[in-house]
Amino acid sequence: MSDNKDKGGFYDTGWRPSGEVHRDEEGRPHDHPGLQEDTGMGVRVSRALAMHELLVEKGVIDENEVDDAIEAWSKRVPSNGATLVAKAWSDPEFRTRLLEHPKETVIESGFVPEHNADIIVLENTSEVQHMVVCTLCSCYPTALLGPPPDWYKSFSYRSRAVTEPRAVMSEFGLELEDETEVRVVDSNSELRFLVIPRRPAGTEGWSVDQLAELVNRNSMIGVTAATEPGTE
Amino acid sequence: MAPRSPSDPVVTVLPTFSAGDRVFVKDETPPYHHRTPWYIKGRHGVVVEFIGTWVNSETRAHGSDGLPELPMYRVKFDQADLWTGYKESPTDKLWIDLYEHWLIPA
Repeated sequence: MSDNKDKGGFYDTGWRPSGEVHRDEEGRPHDHPGLQEDTGMGVRVSRALAMHELLVEKGVIDENEVDDAIEAWSKRVPSNGATLVAKAWSDPEFRTRLLEHPKETVIESGFVPEHNADIIVLENTSEVQHMVVCTLCSCYPTALLGPPPDWYKSFSYRSRAVTEPRAVMSEFGLELEDETEVRVVDSNSELRFLVIPRRPAGTEGWSVDQLAELVNRNSMIGVTAATEPGTE
Repeated sequence: MAPRSPSDPVVTVLPTFSAGDRVFVKDETPPYHHRTPWYIKGRHGVVVEFIGTWVNSETRAHGSDGLPELPMYRVKFDQADLWTGYKESPTDKLWIDLYEHWLIPA
């Protein structure tokens, strides 16, 4: 079930309705390998382009709306959450603000929260380890972590996270004492949860950027601990 | 109709329950959309806190605007009370958000 290779974030095929192809630093267009055909444009892309043209023509959307939405989605990456966690580790005042006024602090930090949901921040301690699941569907703090990984959306996770959370954590490599409370949080309302994992030892004096590297995506869901220094 | 932040001081409803109150979750199966999962119905829990008023997802799912907003609570349960023969630690808990109308004082 564990998925260490998935770094999260929006999968950008590089296609834009405006016709411009998003290129990487080497000038290569990002494109889905499955769409490399002789015509240079896959079936899905041509169909999407045609639908886009029609929707604009009929005034359902304006011509920049899809481009703008894709750009906004591409900013939803796990490093957003990691930055918040690293700042909370480094600065006690920021930590307090983040816990007590999460939405405002997220906005102040330059991130765009989900428009129809609110965010709650849960802090792990030596006494409590949080683990977030949406048993009803797959609600997830996408604005701060990017789109959820497939395992998070699976029936398997959604049922086992509530009935045997420690077994699930163990599969992700996390073992906890019986005295630590494993607190499963079912996000069944309009609230989305971000977990602050415990700060690893041996990171005294580290900068926010250095600390953020240790905050792996899975640790902000609560199924793993933050990465130990020297193993990133 | 953005949901209010829990830190928003404007609350026009006086919550019935307080942190620490023991509550029972109604064991009902209404035919309409509801977000109280089956595994929590008929269970006893303890209120963690009042989390403000929220749009009524039960009516909004069926075409209404979901108003008026309804009071909601974060409630905690012992995992050992939720699952027969729970194999993990007796310290373990589950937290979930529930509308006031699903809760009865226990």
